[in-house]
Amino acid sequence: MSESPSENPALLEVRGIGKTFPGVRALGGVNLSLEKSQVLSLIGENGAGKSTLMKILAGVQPPDEGEILLDGKPVEIESTRDALDLGISLIHQELNLATNLSVAANVFLGREPLRGGFIDESKIKQESARFLEMVGLDVHPDTLVGNLTIGRQQMVEIAKALSVNSRILIMDEPTSSLSQAETKNLFIVIKDLRDRGVSVIYISHRLGEVKELSDHVTVLRDGENAGELGREEVNHEAMVRLMVGRDLSEYYERKDRPKGDLALKVNKLRTPVHPKHELSFSVASGEIVAVAGLVGAGRTEMLETLFGVTPALEGTIEVSGSEITIDSPISAIEAGIALAPEDRKQQGLVIDMTVRENLSLAALKRDQKQAGFLDISKEQEISDEMIKAMRVKTPNEDQVIRFLSGGNQQKVVLGKWLAMKPKVLLLDEPTRGIDVGAKSEIYTLMEELAESGVAILYVSSEMEEVLGMADRALVMHEGRITGELSRDELSEESVMRLATGAPGDDQAA
Amino acid sequence: MKKILGILSLLVFVFVATSFLSDVFLDSYNLENLLRRTALFGIISIGVAFVIITGGIDLSIGSVVCLVGCALPWMLTEQGVSVPVALAVIIAFSLAVGFIHGILITKVKLQPFVVTLCGLLLYRGITRGFTGDQSQGFGTDYKGLRELATGEVPIFGFDLPMPCIFLLVVAVLAGIFLNKTIYGRYLLALGNNEEAARFSGINVDRMVILAYVICALCSGLGGLLFVLDVNSAQPVDFGNFYELYAIAAAVLGGCSLRGGVGTIIGVVIGTALMQVLRNMIVLVDWIPTHIEYAIIGAVILAGVVADELLKKAVARRQASQS
Ligand SMILES: Nc1ncnc2c1ncn2[C@@H]1O[C@H](COP(=O)(O)OP(=O)(O)OP(=O)(O)O)[C@@H](O)[C@H]1O
Ligand SMILES: [Mg+2]
Repeated sequence: MSESPSENPALLEVRGIGKTFPGVRALGGVNLSLEKSQVLSLIGENGAGKSTLMKILAGVQPPDEGEILLDGKPVEIESTRDALDLGISLIHQELNLATNLSVAANVFLGREPLRGGFIDESKIKQESARFLEMVGLDVHPDTLVGNLTIGRQQMVEIAKALSVNSRILIMDEPTSSLSQAETKNLFIVIKDLRDRGVSVIYISHRLGEVKELSDHVTVLRDGENAGELGREEVNHEAMVRLMVGRDLSEYYERKDRPKGDLALKVNKLRTPVHPKHELSFSVASGEIVAVAGLVGAGRTEMLETLFGVTPALEGTIEVSGSEITIDSPISAIEAGIALAPEDRKQQGLVIDMTVRENLSLAALKRDQKQAGFLDISKEQEISDEMIKAMRVKTPNEDQVIRFLSGGNQQKVVLGKWLAMKPKVLLLDEPTRGIDVGAKSEIYTLMEELAESGVAILYVSSEMEEVLGMADRALVMHEGRITGELSRDELSEESVMRLATGAPGDDQAA
Repeated sequence: MKKILGILSLLVFVFVATSFLSDVFLDSYNLENLLRRTALFGIISIGVAFVIITGGIDLSIGSVVCLVGCALPWMLTEQGVSVPVALAVIIAFSLAVGFIHGILITKVKLQPFVVTLCGLLLYRGITRGFTGDQSQGFGTDYKGLRELATGEVPIFGFDLPMPCIFLLVVAVLAGIFLNKTIYGRYLLALGNNEEAARFSGINVDRMVILAYVICALCSGLGGLLFVLDVNSAQPVDFGNFYELYAIAAAVLGGCSLRGGVGTIIGVVIGTALMQVLRNMIVLVDWIPTHIEYAIIGAVILAGVVADELLKKAVARRQASQS
């Protein structure tokens, strides 16, 4: 496609948008311009104001100042209804589906076609099937959304947005919970939409994706425009420089560490979700082991069993050489295991409590004074230390978690578990939604933890993260460990082969 | 602090208004009575606040008050049980009720509404059964014991009714528990997000059971003091609707039925407001007494609506200031 001539007004023009929350200037006069049939990526560090700007465009929040022009004409967007009427729809960073309803009902939620006063179920089904096909989601419209993996739920969200015939589709970190295949599929859908005249605003921390997709990149930093990159200028270094405001040294630098004694040994573990398969592996202290695989391979379930959320049906777990029974997170924590879960809003955080209360929640028991009294000064210490170590961007420690940006929420989850100084640290998608700067901070942190003797087992769907970080990788497929790859054997091909179920050459006999 | 300011000003307003509308309202006899009622209801309201903070509800409070209130005189006067044994039985009963509610809710996974609704029916029915539906009372005996509720402690020249001392102790203990111990923090956390609490290594079930036990114990203590105060109890209506007064006071005092929010001081102020209102309805001539429920219902509704609006306004002001 050739560049469109720019004499006619842009489809969407945002001028001088400002927004202030208590204690935070989220946006200070931001500009943005979007053409028809354009994929515009919006990037920036955690808390840069990306989601806030998008919420303003989608009518979720009003701006304090600035104006929005559509086809050159100023518009007022006061509600999500207004935005939809103008053809703007937003897929939120955090999923917003009614998990107790069917896929079809979700796609048409709030816009149910009626027939004789009743919901026209057959039409809903037919129509939604069409949109499901557009996003390549192969599920029956009657399926309950709650029964789908997060990855598939995300696709339902996208189908829902497509169904309103949007001219502008905003996606706030749509791929953070998708598998590689689903991501590829999404990209096909996005490009297809673009070719049909839809414009897409795309937010992601995965710069590889941004590079692949974007016609144009707009960078925000601390609530202000930090720069623009045209199609030809988009490359990793340029994006990072604009986002961070300086050159970030090596993305990640791996060191060799001596392996310690066995920290975690799992033998013939059977989880309630995949009871047919036995899982056996071990992790030494000081070792960083990745669990790779496609979304739905049973990786999260394995971590949840190790952490006692869904206790094992059978099998043994040893920590530092002694066998332990893990029947609840309490016993797991006592044994020195910690889990930073995948779903931070639901499992990782109490979002209506403060940053401090969340950071200290797991440690309260350990740090309590006599008779269960809170140790206020210890709590303060943990909170100060972790906010600093994790560089949580928050006006103060009494800020309610709900008001932090997605990436900063994730940092709080990690901080909460680091405060426990675990022997075995289980991380489920540890850098989901985290910006490049913070990502390398987290990698460095994992490195430091390993150096200090912590055994780290992390689940990741990002190939770069698996290849870049792991001393060793376990690859799972449909509830089984299909193979184990040492550092030297690690490659995109070897991981993918095992992840899709093909037996590896080195599969445990 | 900001949270209770609204309800506190409402309390002051109703108090001042009533003192203008009625000449007997400020009589020391009336004030003493008002304090006593507030203290008695305050104790059961604090109990239910714990359950509400976990996101649950307890509808059985009135019936527990009834059972305890009838069982005490029944044991003492009809069964010849000694006072210490009777008190021990009441404590054991309250503990058991709370524990069973908690187990049914956490382990059998029944809904709190259902479990305690059955409790409401059960305990009143049982009471009417073992008393033969006959009124139970102390007659002219047990004056000493009844002093616990009817007695007064002179403080700064004012005779403070004994129940106020009980309320003070219960409120201080509850406040310390909720704000200064890890268990209080756990209750608030699990009321907000049970799953995240579980993932943080909190024994959620045990904490929920504890909340129901605290609630039942407060109801038991309330029942005991209520009957000592009024001397006799009718199984058919003693404690009727008390759970609703308690829940209303807690909600007025800032507890959210969604769980995770609440302060003890708020609950006490909420209780006081309810009692002043009831007192006003009785004392002010031109308010017909039989529309009491309508007035109380309207005030609670107005209170929570005002609270919601105030919260939004504060949030907006903060947003525009900084
Ligand atoms: N409702 C709110 N109340 C208070 N502060 C808020 C609110 N929403 C956002 N913020 C703050 O505004 C800033 C911008 O947040 P925003 O969510 O837009 O960041 P983001 O660029 O999307 O970051 P991320 O990549 O982590 O998702 C952050 O500092 C955040 O804490
Ligand atoms: Mg965001």
